[in-house]
Amino acid sequence: MSSILPIAFDGITYASWLFLISAGLTLIYGVMRILNVAHGSLYALGAYAACSLAGAWLGGGLPAAGSFAMLLLAALLVGSVAGPLIERGLLQWMYGKDEVVLVLITYALFLIMEDVIKLVWGVDSLLLPDPYALPGNFQLGGLTYPVYNVLLIALALATGLALAWALYRTRQGKLLLAVIHDRDMSMAMGINVSRVYLATFAVGATLAALGGAFTAPTIAVTPGIGVEVIVLAFAVVVIGGLGSLGGAALGALLVGLVRSATVRYWPEAELFSIYAVMAMVLIARPKGLFAAQEARKI
Amino acid sequence: MKAAIVAIAPLVALTGLALLSPQWLVFMAMLALAKGVVVLGLLVLMRTGLVSFGQGLYFGIGAYAAALLSHHLHVADAAVMLLAGAAAAGLIAALLGLLLARYRDIFFAMLSLAFSMILYGVLVKSAALGSTDGFNLHARTFFGVALASGVERRVFLIAGAVCAVVVALLVHRLLGGHWGRLATGVRDNELRVAYLGASPYRVVYVNYLIAGAMAGLGGALAALAVGHVDPEMTYWTTSGEFVFIAILGGTQSILAPFVAASIFEALRTIASQYAPNVWQMSLGLAMLAIIMFLPAGLWTLAERRRRSV
Amino acid sequence: MSAVLTAKGLQKSFGAVKAAVDINLTFDPGTVVSLIGANGAGKTTFLNMVTGYLRPDSGQILFGERDIVGLKPRQITKLGISRSFQIPQLFNSLSVRENLLVAESIAAMDDPQAAADETLTRFELAPYAAQKAGLLPEGIRKLLDVSMALSSRSKLLLLDEPTSGVSADEKFAIMDVVMGAARAAGVTVIFVEHDMDIVARFAGRVVAFYDGGIIADGSPDTVLRAENVRRYVIGEEIPHAAA
Repeated sequence: MSSILPIAFDGITYASWLFLISAGLTLIYGVMRILNVAHGSLYALGAYAACSLAGAWLGGGLPAAGSFAMLLLAALLVGSVAGPLIERGLLQWMYGKDEVVLVLITYALFLIMEDVIKLVWGVDSLLLPDPYALPGNFQLGGLTYPVYNVLLIALALATGLALAWALYRTRQGKLLLAVIHDRDMSMAMGINVSRVYLATFAVGATLAALGGAFTAPTIAVTPGIGVEVIVLAFAVVVIGGLGSLGGAALGALLVGLVRSATVRYWPEAELFSIYAVMAMVLIARPKGLFAAQEARKI
Repeated sequence: MKAAIVAIAPLVALTGLALLSPQWLVFMAMLALAKGVVVLGLLVLMRTGLVSFGQGLYFGIGAYAAALLSHHLHVADAAVMLLAGAAAAGLIAALLGLLLARYRDIFFAMLSLAFSMILYGVLVKSAALGSTDGFNLHARTFFGVALASGVERRVFLIAGAVCAVVVALLVHRLLGGHWGRLATGVRDNELRVAYLGASPYRVVYVNYLIAGAMAGLGGALAALAVGHVDPEMTYWTTSGEFVFIAILGGTQSILAPFVAASIFEALRTIASQYAPNVWQMSLGLAMLAIIMFLPAGLWTLAERRRRSV
Repeated sequence: MSAVLTAKGLQKSFGAVKAAVDINLTFDPGTVVSLIGANGAGKTTFLNMVTGYLRPDSGQILFGERDIVGLKPRQITKLGISRSFQIPQLFNSLSVRENLLVAESIAAMDDPQAAADETLTRFELAPYAAQKAGLLPEGIRKLLDVSMALSSRSKLLLLDEPTSGVSADEKFAIMDVVMGAARAAGVTVIFVEHDMDIVARFAGRVVAFYDGGIIADGSPDTVLRAENVRRYVIGEEIPHAAA
């Protein structure tokens, strides 16, 4: 019984991290019908940018608390520079292609970005331990937890709520939902789809980078960190239903909790359990938990 | 008949290669052959309009089946290993296919990816199978004939070439006739197939099974070539590589996967020597260029030239 | 002679919309029957229920003696009911001849090649044999769609608006070819049609649908003249007289 608390805490921490990344992935798919393999590279880019910015900040002897602002800045920078660059420079020429071909295109982009990251930052590991250590630990039920993880959970919650608010309460968000529900209709209604796509991709990229930036202090940032993340995020959004924000949240929570329980009781099955959950969800609900089933009319 | 003659040429060339070239080239040719078989299987599946991002599953199963025979059951015959690789992969494909044949488009791609990642997750944590390091295998006989040390790979290359040619001819026959047209029909319009009285599910299932068994054969060939298996063979990037080679070659010809796989392996060998840091980038750029300018694959280049002559 | 197809008390609704309200119909072998009605009146829903694409909420559909409710389209096609579509359902990347070869091979003809050639001739499609189906003009696509349906050697052929999307001057030519082929094959034909001239010319019997129910059933002469048919189906302005 005493293990429930740590399982829940670890699971929710992991889910928060997964949600940050998956929310961007599912948003981009929902609006643009692109399952973006390069999302993992944007995540990695966020982590590297965070190392550089926060590293420079701390190296300059500036107040350590400010390094958190640097993590945020890194994510915003990646989202507002790399995001539009990719969308305007490559993806905008590819709209209308088959979904599977679009996966291949972003897979090619992923391969390119992996090497670009290596060329810019080198192949050695980068470490950014300070932001993680800074807030210290707290005690609960006789166990010690890092405060940083609480911050991560709060960040994911805030991001999720902000996204939900932006989608359901603002005019732009409602336009986005209109595009998600019926692209042809929204075009006919005169919505500037090109601008919607650009904005969506930038926001999605920011979310991926946010996930990366806030993970950087907890890991050694090395080439290839995006490779595993992308399949994990795939699993989450497929479980939740492609294009559904609520689905991504639920999927992240499901995967997070299953993983932390497995890690505790049967550590060998960690990866296995995540994809087994994905397979089981898809078997029970072929299009994920929150996706509408559409019928073909003849 | 014409196809059989066309098939003899590469067989002779590969045999020549096997007997005369340096070891590294034999090794490279064998890997190209192994991947070509996997990709040809992928083409069979793609004929129904489905792309699997999880062929690494069957590639890995084939390789591990061969290696397990060698390592744990002390079977030392390469022919048995190849058969076992194809059979094991075919068996799993026959099971998973029951489920996967119901899925289409991106959901098919993602579910097949999930299954390959499940195997990866199992393999990296299985201490008995060497975890992330994998383990070695040795084949000492071929159809019961003992192999002198040093020539194994050359023999395997010829064996692999024979396997590939036989499989390619079978695929050629299969796709050239009613079944190929029916599979195209499933890709174009499943509703019409059903309303003509055939089952799209069955067509997809059978093609999935064939693709799985071929990936298993390819995996066993690769295992013999390398003499080692590890979980990387089932990782999603390996599956991505197969899709890449399929796109590179295009779906126009049964030779295309082998040509594309050879180009791929040659480029990889060169790149890992001279430009290890931009290898993936070159791959990515090449892939974008092909999707944009040669959507039917490199093979269209050869076709165009033939037509302009 | 016993009926080819019998519908007994078919009911079907989509939410609040009633698409079939107690449909009772009998079709005799060798007849040509037209289903008319405004859009949404339930004609296509009827075809979809007969071919297994939709399952009626209640009621029976007998093909000969056999109840086919619950069977899949594929199984029903095998029993001998085939159909064409309002939007032609073709294999766009295959040639016209290959489209027919797929159809004939599935129908398990001994010699699909010869059967395909015969169909090409009968439907006057031979000039297009090598063209990709995706590149054909609409009228030819319609013909190919019907020819594929008929080539599974069916006993009952259902045609969903065989002349929609086809220019007015082509309509009669297409129907002549289709009906000629159907007569030669000896099949019973049920076709949905909006063009009353086509109906009057080709149908031996007309069934008028309105709001999921049947409001008239009989010879073209009587049905097309009935006041409720003219009002609800043909859309004429009829001054309110004593009904």
